Amino acid sequence: MIDGAHASVLQVVVLLVGAPLCFILARGIWAWGIAALSASASFVMACAVFIQVATGGALTYHLGGWEPPWGIEYKIDSLGALMILLVSGIGTLVILGSRASVEREIGASRMDLFYTAFLLCMAGAVGIIATGDAFNLFVFLEINSLASYTLIAMGMDRRSLTSSFQYLIMGTIGATFIVIGIGFLYMMTGTLNMEDISIRLHEVENHRTIEAAFAFLIVGISLKLALFPLHLWLPNAYTFAPSVVSVFLASTATKVAVYVLIRFIYSVFGSDYSHNHMPFNTILAFLSVIAILIPSFSALYQTHAKRLLAYSSLAQIGYITLGISLATIPGLNASLLHIFTHAITKGALFMSLACIATGLGSCKLHNMAGVSRLMPWSSAAFLIAGLSLIGLPLTSGFFSKWYLLQAILEQGEWWLALVVVLGSMLAAFYVWKVVETMYLRPVAAERAEVREAPWPMLMTTWILTLLSVAFGVFGQSLLFPWTQKAALMLFGAG
Amino acid sequence: MVIASDHLVKKLVGLSIFQTSVFLFYISIAKIFGGSAPILDPAITHYSNPLPHVLILTAIVVGVATTSVGAALIVRIHEAYGTLEETEIHIQDELE
Repeated sequence: MIDGAHASVLQVVVLLVGAPLCFILARGIWAWGIAALSASASFVMACAVFIQVATGGALTYHLGGWEPPWGIEYKIDSLGALMILLVSGIGTLVILGSRASVEREIGASRMDLFYTAFLLCMAGAVGIIATGDAFNLFVFLEINSLASYTLIAMGMDRRSLTSSFQYLIMGTIGATFIVIGIGFLYMMTGTLNMEDISIRLHEVENHRTIEAAFAFLIVGISLKLALFPLHLWLPNAYTFAPSVVSVFLASTATKVAVYVLIRFIYSVFGSDYSHNHMPFNTILAFLSVIAILIPSFSALYQTHAKRLLAYSSLAQIGYITLGISLATIPGLNASLLHIFTHAITKGALFMSLACIATGLGSCKLHNMAGVSRLMPWSSAAFLIAGLSLIGLPLTSGFFSKWYLLQAILEQGEWWLALVVVLGSMLAAFYVWKVVETMYLRPVAAERAEVREAPWPMLMTTWILTLLSVAFGVFGQSLLFPWTQKAALMLFGAG
Repeated sequence: MVIASDHLVKKLVGLSIFQTSVFLFYISIAKIFGGSAPILDPAITHYSNPLPHVLILTAIVVGVATTSVGAALIVRIHEAYGTLEETEIHIQDELE
């Protein structure tokens, strides 16, 4: 048994050590081996941390033995443990299944560079969740972002370069806003430890500087999580990135940013300040509604399957922020559930597209005609995960949307409930558009030789797909109590 | 400059200026009137806060990394498109 307290920092360190090893020691397939090994090690430690948190409550680790608030503290509570499990689980699955796709899209000669960047991206994501220090969070955010710019730029199409550059500009502006916000907080409280900030914040709560800090942080984080008017970087980035990178980014990058948002509004500023003192709920609810509707309509008109899913991701972000904007415990709980179920569902969808791209060499809808006859397993995974994206009963998408609807109706906001239902109907249309192409169109003659994707890719796809169904059936008993506990804790802290 | 300029290099320069101004903001927080460098000496009673300086050292490194990744992307974009003007890149993308 690994000691939980050490595992909380080791799960990041393993990835940070694995990344240069990939680059220095290994070429080609060996790089994949090292990446798979360090990602799996990180996942095992995430499990150990999860078990420890489940039995003994939140874990803390003082880096270098320095006591907080002077030293950097790692703090993993019930929400953090769940998120780390999600990120490292999906990261590991993606690496395990990625080899064939990476060989095809990036080339065996550049595999070591790819996996170096991938591990760094994953290390950044896990680090953001694990750390309890505001400035350390910024550093991990930048590790994560810089690695993802690199990964996106490795796409086959030259447009991947421009979309990566666009993401770099917008992402850096977002991160710099976050640094300004943290600077204001430090100015007023003299500390960087999040727990310490939240304690000292009450004395200076009505100060204008704190309000400015709040605004800068929210805008900066919203850029990172692609909330509606700040989303322009996302569709291109997801479309032109290498297929497996889209899987990892779509299922974790924006979710980690939502986690940062939740951390700041609940653990640092406190629910009372964020929800009652600032006009945050109204703005967030308004933007969430637009985020659900407009990208869902845009998704209907896409001719590229990955781009269609990217727009759908924007709509899903809208559901998550809508839950937060309700400012109630059930609302936050629904958001947490949706973060989790949507990460798995979107992962499964993008992974099945990665399988299809490995076979066909493209994810443009007109190339995908009749692909279900050529690649039945990949197409079936898309179909099932697509049902979960729409939110059909017995899938995880239904499970989290159901709680979102309940939380909305509890507040009496029936028109928000209508928006959620309308968004799901639009999802049914755009998923149908892809499924119809895959199942009902004739196969083009020149593609009759296409074979099913290799089994490691299918394995990852199907694990994610089955999980997205399993959480629909067992989510009530497995997931719900845990997120309920996390939501109570977040509100209790305020 | 980041938003208004059409040239990718100028966008990157604008981004660097934006980041540098935040560095100066942090340094200005640390300064106190009559404060000296944080070296322990019985003759000195007021010290400037060293922590923001350390933070900014880290932020500078991050900024350098961002600029270099951006510059590397610009080189590749120039190889792929033969131009660095955003409108011309858009036109080329539309034609595809």
